[in-house]
Amino acid sequence: MGLREPEEIQQQIVRETFHLVLKRDDNICNFLEGGSLIGGSDYKLIYRHYATLYFVFCVDSSESELGILDLIQVFVETLDKCFENVCELDLIFHMDKVHYILQEVVMGGMVLETNMNEIVAQMEAQNRLEKSEGGLSAAPARAVSAVKNINLPEIPRNINIGDLNIKVPNLSQFV
Amino acid sequence: MALKMVKGSIDRMFDKNLQDLVRGIRNHKEDEAKYISQCIDEIKQELKQDNIAVKANAVCKLTYLQMLGYDISWAAFNIIEVMSASKFTFKRIGYLAASQCFHEGTDVIMLTTNQIRKDLSSPSQYDTGVALTGLSCFVTPDLARDLANDIMTLMSHTKPYIRKKAVLIMYKVFLKYPESLRPAFPRLKEKLEDPDPGVQSAAVNVICELARRNPKNYLSLAPLFFKLMTSSTNNWVLIKIIKLFGALTPLEPRLGKKLIEPLTNLIHSTSAMSLLYECVNTVIAVLISLSSGMPNHSASIQLCVQKLRILIEDSDQNLKYLGLLAMSKILRTHPKSVQAHKDLVLQCLDDKDESIRLRALDLLYGMVSKKNLMEIVKKLMTHVDKAEGTTYRDELLTKIIDICSQSNYQHITNFEWYISILVELTRLEGTRHGHLIAAQMLDVAIRVKAIRKFAVSQMSALLDSAHLVASSTQRNGICEVLYAAAWICGEFSEHLQEPHQTLEAMLRPKVTTLPGHIQAVYVQNVVKLYASILQQKEQAAETEAAQEVTQLMVERLPQFVQSADLEVQERASCILQLVKHIQKLQAKDVPVAEEVSALFAGELNPVAPKAQKKVPVPEGLDLDAWINEPLSDSESEDEKPKAIFHDEEQRQAKPRQPEADEEELARRREARKQEQANNPFYIKSSPSPQKRYQDAPGVEHIPVVQIDLSVPLKVPGLPMSDQYVKLEEERRHRQRLEKDKRKKKKKEKQARRHSALHTESDEDIAPAQQVDIVTEEMPENALPSDEDDKDPNDPYRALDIDLDKPLADSEKLPVQKHRNAETSKSPEKEDVPVIEKKSKKPKKKEKKHKEKGREKGRKKEKKEKGEDLDFWLSTTPPPATAPAPALATAEPEVNAVISAPKEEREEPKREEQDEEEEVEEQDPEKKPSKHKKKKHRKEQEERSADRKKSKKKQPAGGGAAEPVENGSLDEEPLPPMSSYCLLAENSYIRMTYEVQGSLQEDSRVTVSIVLENQSSSFLKNMELNVLDSLNTKLARPEGSSVHDGVPVPFQLPPGISNEAQFVFTIQSIAMAQKLKGTLTFIAKNDEGSTHEKLDFKLHFSCTSYLITTPCYSDAFAKLLESGDLSMSSIKVDGISMSFQNLLAKICFHHHFSVVERVNSCASMYSRSIQGHHVCLLVKKGEKSVSVDGKCSDSTLLSNLLEEMRATLATC
Repeated sequence: MGLREPEEIQQQIVRETFHLVLKRDDNICNFLEGGSLIGGSDYKLIYRHYATLYFVFCVDSSESELGILDLIQVFVETLDKCFENVCELDLIFHMDKVHYILQEVVMGGMVLETNMNEIVAQMEAQNRLEKSEGGLSAAPARAVSAVKNINLPEIPRNINIGDLNIKVPNLSQFV
Repeated sequence: MALKMVKGSIDRMFDKNLQDLVRGIRNHKEDEAKYISQCIDEIKQELKQDNIAVKANAVCKLTYLQMLGYDISWAAFNIIEVMSASKFTFKRIGYLAASQCFHEGTDVIMLTTNQIRKDLSSPSQYDTGVALTGLSCFVTPDLARDLANDIMTLMSHTKPYIRKKAVLIMYKVFLKYPESLRPAFPRLKEKLEDPDPGVQSAAVNVICELARRNPKNYLSLAPLFFKLMTSSTNNWVLIKIIKLFGALTPLEPRLGKKLIEPLTNLIHSTSAMSLLYECVNTVIAVLISLSSGMPNHSASIQLCVQKLRILIEDSDQNLKYLGLLAMSKILRTHPKSVQAHKDLVLQCLDDKDESIRLRALDLLYGMVSKKNLMEIVKKLMTHVDKAEGTTYRDELLTKIIDICSQSNYQHITNFEWYISILVELTRLEGTRHGHLIAAQMLDVAIRVKAIRKFAVSQMSALLDSAHLVASSTQRNGICEVLYAAAWICGEFSEHLQEPHQTLEAMLRPKVTTLPGHIQAVYVQNVVKLYASILQQKEQAAETEAAQEVTQLMVERLPQFVQSADLEVQERASCILQLVKHIQKLQAKDVPVAEEVSALFAGELNPVAPKAQKKVPVPEGLDLDAWINEPLSDSESEDEKPKAIFHDEEQRQAKPRQPEADEEELARRREARKQEQANNPFYIKSSPSPQKRYQDAPGVEHIPVVQIDLSVPLKVPGLPMSDQYVKLEEERRHRQRLEKDKRKKKKKEKQARRHSALHTESDEDIAPAQQVDIVTEEMPENALPSDEDDKDPNDPYRALDIDLDKPLADSEKLPVQKHRNAETSKSPEKEDVPVIEKKSKKPKKKEKKHKEKGREKGRKKEKKEKGEDLDFWLSTTPPPATAPAPALATAEPEVNAVISAPKEEREEPKREEQDEEEEVEEQDPEKKPSKHKKKKHRKEQEERSADRKKSKKKQPAGGGAAEPVENGSLDEEPLPPMSSYCLLAENSYIRMTYEVQGSLQEDSRVTVSIVLENQSSSFLKNMELNVLDSLNTKLARPEGSSVHDGVPVPFQLPPGISNEAQFVFTIQSIAMAQKLKGTLTFIAKNDEGSTHEKLDFKLHFSCTSYLITTPCYSDAFAKLLESGDLSMSSIKVDGISMSFQNLLAKICFHHHFSVVERVNSCASMYSRSIQGHHVCLLVKKGEKSVSVDGKCSDSTLLSNLLEEMRATLATC
């Protein structure tokens, strides 16, 4: 889809999508027919619900609905492997990593790889490469960050889904 | 305290990282915006620093803020800085930020071209990877044009990780830069058979995406996809391919026939629900496209419907949803099969899941018939009552109206019932679809004359009831129906039982709370009503009463005169004056009724929405001709050189005029439209949902009969539609009885005639009222044309490109003269196929010649392409499926290819021709070539050898002196039909075979054996075995010994032939090989069964290890220069065949391709499955031919040349 949506529209899409899936029971189907918001009737929202997290994909009719459900499962399992027992906080604090993983699964709105082992292998190789370069935050910064944590209020364990924004990156490009 | 100070100072030294930012935002819930703006200020400081690590960290944080909805486009330049960092860690951050915030409007994006190009050619695959990923999100037309060639090179990268990304991103490049599609397509196609599953999947993905938009251009890939479908084990790929076939089958019904079997096999064998579902879907598409061609066609439909029923009944809501979705596809063409499952669909209406309910509603639309309409609508009405939430209820409402009004109300047998339904719907509070109901009421009342009386009685009741007026607050709310009610009561006031009462209802003070446009209609129709009352009273000579009515009008109308709505006010004051005038006349005892009614005499007929468009242009009127010649603003005309001959000038000028003015015309047309739009007197033709009406011809021929009085005209009070259901049933029952009676009589009279068993079908149900559906008026001589207008703004239209045409020089991709373009020059580089060379180094000198050569080649190729597909689709053993399957398992690769028995083989051919004739009718432009093709096929039927010859002759036709670059001649190998040679034969069976190598499986060849049952016995338990040699071994199933045979995966009924494929592994390909083997089988006929066997000798010639590989002259020259090839030559005398045919023969039998040809000299190239290059120089003398060969293996070369000698000796 031609132009990337501006930030406000992106936010609106995320917000409305979130409200749409939130009010759905667990025992009803995982497909939502597209409204004008996501590009018309050729598009569907396909989502999976894991505890407090929703993973929502927006796809057009060239994708297989059940196939996408499987793909979401692959994505989540990949997250689990890459973060070693993924939890909400991992995703909240390491959104960049989530993007990198997603980019190995979906590229520019098209499905790139469906084989989890391959995705994990590529992620690990890139992590090694990053490590060999010293990473973004070198050791001293970590130490400081530890100091900074000292007088912060305790990090809440359970996070209300309401303030969690799971983004579908570049939703509109999901052609 | 101290700690805090320390922390503060360290804070300034060390910036926040992403985690700190996230934590900070979470800790500042109450002043988040303030905190973030503070963070953005910090980030701006960080971005000013020189340290790239600091910048990268800042950009990383910005990406997160972008995700929260903050605009970060101001940092675009910094993002580019980070993208160009040398460290992967930073580069990745930069590209991620770019992919999230760059778009076509980002101006600095043009600065990235060189950086991206550098990253694409980086030695680190991950640098290349992030660049590709980023680019896929923000590629612009400029970037696509500048980088297309670099990306295309990456499609052949050694790393599959890069290849798959490069292949996938090509789709984005095509979208932005459609010109790149044709040059890149050959390589894309090649990637369909990439050894890496990820790359293959990406290529399938891209082609499916392309084909979905313009399927016809990709039909020629069907054989290749078919092969992938039967060989791939990747469900993801399979799903894509199967979906693609679903899009292709409507264009080529023969393809569907071929698909049914493998698809049904998949349905039975797969455990993956997703795959099963897509298979069912495509089978449905196939069955729809075949419509009737298959013998057990309806059985297959039933099977699909049954399968879907299972899905719908599943407790998994997802399957239920998808089952309904697929069901609606069948419904479109086979409504009857679906109607049987009405119960199930109605059940789904009760589902708690709205998605499912909506799907079920969709299905209902197609399931109604005359028989069940009332029942279904009744069910829907109960749902309306209990529906919570206005959205779903409104959806129900529109569906009810859609269902009833579809196809010109064809399912409605009783319009009274329908009116009652509409009236019942008016009780819905808070609906947004009041106008829909109103439109229906108007439409029915106007077009169904017989119903007017009933409609009027219902409408007057509506006007009487207060609840509608009360709900007038909402725009488009239910009060809209009053618009219709008022109009109907006014227009058809002669049918009113108690007009006076209605008149009073319409003049109530409360009416003034209605929206203006409704009040206006009220005012207008009050007068109509008034007129008819006057008439009534005057006829009855009740002057008193007539004056009373006038008085009422005079009293009540002023309330409308005060209206704030202009329309209401204007009408009311005008009418008030009129009525006052009438009052005066009445006072003088002058009869006025006649004149007042004359105001509204005549009937309004509906006008078809397209009527205006369809007015035929009168003879002699040219709408495009100038009425006044335009003032010439033509300096350009003056500049035109004056023609010498007068009449020539005229001839030139004439056709030119419209051409030059086309733009101008368009502009004027636009202006005219604009003018018309602003002109209130011009009737605009707007698209209307009712355009179906004119599709139903002959409605006006339905005889208008008196209303069947079996249905009472007046139902006391507001009618409950339910009553009609009961009445209807009774009526039908009576009808049936009557019919049966009549039938009996008939039987008595004509005892001989068999009457069909009577079942109540749709057609048997006669409508309760014989209704005269007034068709919309159309101008006389209306043109029946129905132009379908495609959306010219569809971005995918640009990709509607003929991919079979050979490339022209002008189409090459722009190449940067850059070192990385050179790397792919010599054919030694395994990963770079030579195909692309041509586009890179066009020889200017030869350009003209080439162009000519191509022109010729193009014609030929088009023909071949089409023919290949036809050939593949015909049911003879298809050579296209012959190459080795891409499976890399140790199992024996035995593929069965279906082929029909001989008797059947005739039939499809005939069919093909029929189809072709149809095609011809559709596009007359293609006619000549098609005719040729047909002739061609006849030849093919006669003898395959003939066919080959005729092919060879064609290129020979145009002067042999021009050099023929390859590509046009050899990109498409000649169909290897006659390359099947006899293996062995006895009274039971005949075996022909062909050996083919494949580039992907080095040291493996596939032997395709066609087994034809020549006897009247049933052949089964066929098993093939060979005595392996040291060099050549049959690939057997794992665990079996070298003495075991390989079973043939099918049985052969009498007269049937089928093809099996066997894989052999070869160690050395330098020498020809012969293997002894035996086919054992059991022949079974009426007398019993016998064990039979047939011995054979498989001959692996050196030629069979060669694979036709195109090569370009510059690469060829390099190869010869390299000097590591040994040389050998032969000379054959007594050749009578033309050089052209000779070359074709070498190409065909020995798998060579022509590199270049000048006069009677040609260079040819081929490649062995183990990668040996074989170059030939063929020279033709007076009666002899000499062949010089160069090859990296001298033994192979000399053997090849000997084989070639044998071929040439027959020429």
